[in-house]
Amino acid sequence: MLSRTASALYWLGRYLERADFLARLVEATIRLDALSARPAGEAAWQSALTVSYTDEAFALTGHNTTQAHVAKFLTLDASHPGSIIRCLDMARMNARAVRTALTREAWTAINRAWLIFQSRTSPGGATQTLNMVEAVKAEMRGFEGSIHRMMRNEATLLIQLGAAVERADNTARLLDVKYHILLPAGEEVGGAVDRDQWTTILQTVSAVNAYRWLYSDGLKTVNVIDLLISRPELPRSLAACVEEGVDLLSQLAKRTGLQGEADRMARARMQRMQKTRTAEVIVSGLHEYLEAFIAENELLDRAIARQFRFI
Amino acid sequence: MAANGAFDEIWGHGGPDAPRAEFAALSQWIADTPAAELHRRQQSAEATFRQLGITFAVYGDSDAAERIIPFDIVPRVFLPNEWARLSEGLVQRVQAINAFLEDIYGERRILKEGIIPEELIYLNDQFRPEVDGVRPPHGVWAHICGIDLVRTGADEFFVLEDNARTPSGVSYMLENREAMIRLCPELFRDFRVAPVDSYPDMLLQTMRSVAPGGGKAKPVCVVLTPGHFNSAYYEHSFIADTMGVELVEPVDLVVDDDVVYMQTIAGRVRVDVIYRRIDDDYLDPLAFRPDSMLGVPGLIAAYRAGNVAIINAPGNGIADDKAIYSYMPEIVRFYSGGDVKLPNVETYRCREPQALKYVLDNLGKLVVKLVDGSGGYGMLVGPTATKAQIEEFRAALVAEPHRYIAQPTLALSTVPTMVESGLAPRHVDFRPFVLTGSDGVRVVPGGLTRVALREGSLVVNSSQGGGTKDSFVLLDDGPGQSQEQGA
Repeated sequence: MLSRTASALYWLGRYLERADFLARLVEATIRLDALSARPAGEAAWQSALTVSYTDEAFALTGHNTTQAHVAKFLTLDASHPGSIIRCLDMARMNARAVRTALTREAWTAINRAWLIFQSRTSPGGATQTLNMVEAVKAEMRGFEGSIHRMMRNEATLLIQLGAAVERADNTARLLDVKYHILLPAGEEVGGAVDRDQWTTILQTVSAVNAYRWLYSDGLKTVNVIDLLISRPELPRSLAACVEEGVDLLSQLAKRTGLQGEADRMARARMQRMQKTRTAEVIVSGLHEYLEAFIAENELLDRAIARQFRFI
Repeated sequence: MAANGAFDEIWGHGGPDAPRAEFAALSQWIADTPAAELHRRQQSAEATFRQLGITFAVYGDSDAAERIIPFDIVPRVFLPNEWARLSEGLVQRVQAINAFLEDIYGERRILKEGIIPEELIYLNDQFRPEVDGVRPPHGVWAHICGIDLVRTGADEFFVLEDNARTPSGVSYMLENREAMIRLCPELFRDFRVAPVDSYPDMLLQTMRSVAPGGGKAKPVCVVLTPGHFNSAYYEHSFIADTMGVELVEPVDLVVDDDVVYMQTIAGRVRVDVIYRRIDDDYLDPLAFRPDSMLGVPGLIAAYRAGNVAIINAPGNGIADDKAIYSYMPEIVRFYSGGDVKLPNVETYRCREPQALKYVLDNLGKLVVKLVDGSGGYGMLVGPTATKAQIEEFRAALVAEPHRYIAQPTLALSTVPTMVESGLAPRHVDFRPFVLTGSDGVRVVPGGLTRVALREGSLVVNSSQGGGTKDSFVLLDDGPGQSQEQGA
């Protein structure tokens, strides 16, 4: 496989995962803002911006932190790289560059997701925005399905590796932001707003039901953190993403004979995570833990690029 | 009714109620299928093309950076005997083009014998001294030719243009057929249509057959594209994909010690055959344009050293140049010893005094072209030109006659086509594809039919609103899905 192709496939996986995450984030934020007993309002939209690392860019627009402005900013605004449309642009550009490595179905799903945005200038109201992000998510599910019907070769593995690395990053950010920034002054930990916010997080990672199955208690912060960090059953947990990365790297090694620094880093990280106890993480500082995780994820990303000679 | 009395390929001169005898069944199919149903199928095909991203980019048009080419549901059909004759003519013409290139960059017998004036070669930009004296592997130059044909009557086919550099359109030939099979399966039940989907296999076989000698059993073949911003990128990726070979960009290739490698995740892999979709000028900054950011430095040196086959060979432009075109009948006769089976459109070389006099006397009836112009630039279309334009060309012709050729305006054939008001005849042209390897010349039974969608228009160019149709070649009862003839 061409080095350029390998790089484009990996980034294709990352950008699509990011687009999917942003769609989920917008969806969850609308629910938090509109559906909960005590709407979180601006704070909810502010946290959506922080999670996606676009708060500074948004501040420059001078708009209020309202649904209309933030939802448009996160979905349709092509002026900053943190919008769904830009992620899909980048994913599609990479997909075009490596079209020969994708099946028709895989390419079509990406192209269709991209087309959803081509005719729109506004996300519309809450219902229309929900419909729009649901349509994106549906195409992304179609894409995921299609790559399971592709030849099981390096191309598929690299796309999945990109997605796993990106997903780990997204979950860590989501958790970090919620834990330290979200709760407005005057609100109590464990209060209604706090509860709504944790529910929103679970919704963003499609884990509301998973939580109920795994924890018989009501909604507890420590359990949500445990679920998102160390439960391998949940596909978006840090533990699951890390395990998936290890597995994909060793499958790639089998097919390509390329094994090295990235494999070693990923395995060491998995072993550390298996010994991690959530209670200890909280005591010694969740924020520090997540920051270190995000930094390590970046190092892994660079090691992957070296190992597969990305150009 | 046929437009302007032109010959219609299905209806002949008779119109929908009295089609050509061979096309009664097809005409019946058209009559039996409600127009609304044809419209629906056509829209379904176009929606699929958009979803698949079968698009082309229009340069300088940022609003419509990606467009699909309109697809027309009514096929254009060749009868077995029509196709047999065409194929013979195509094989003869492409063999002559290859012989001509071999000669021009070699012995130059055709110049020595005075068949073609020397200055037409030596003063021509398309003659590439960089590859003079270089014989490509196995002596094949024009591996892939797209020969543009027009028709003016039941038996009158003319070559409008030879494309021996990087002819495009083959992806439309294949995708249009896919769409037709899906949308109009009944047509394939009722007619024995020659399949076109063998094209990728034939192309790969052609590529492998010209790999530099003494090599591996399975030479490494690649398709070289300028990149995904190129207007024909879809086609480039389609061709690579259907052959199962790597689609490379110049940045993926390195030349070391006159050997071409591609950079893969496992390191360098030697490349034997390159189907390039980049013009000569941008192929190698060390050999051609030094300001090109695109090319692969050292590629031409590797080619000269005989270490890589380039498809089509660099320097081919001299064979499809407009000034050379007018000599094609002589060229065919010179190398084949026989008369040309597929004639040119009658062409006046203004460099010849008698021809110039005729052209000046008949400017209002002729199309005048600059020999080195393309894409409609430097062109006079007499019947639609203003007096001032005609006088301007008259002055230019008198001043520099050698820069111009002239041709009569032809009554191009039409094919029934879906338009707003229903079915109506629209003018078409046709580009079949001819493959030449070290093992023979092959004509794919089909091609790209382009159709001018505006009434009366002769402009089939896709960037100017032309569309495409599937092109059926009907099979005879005998064998032979493609004509093969030893090189």
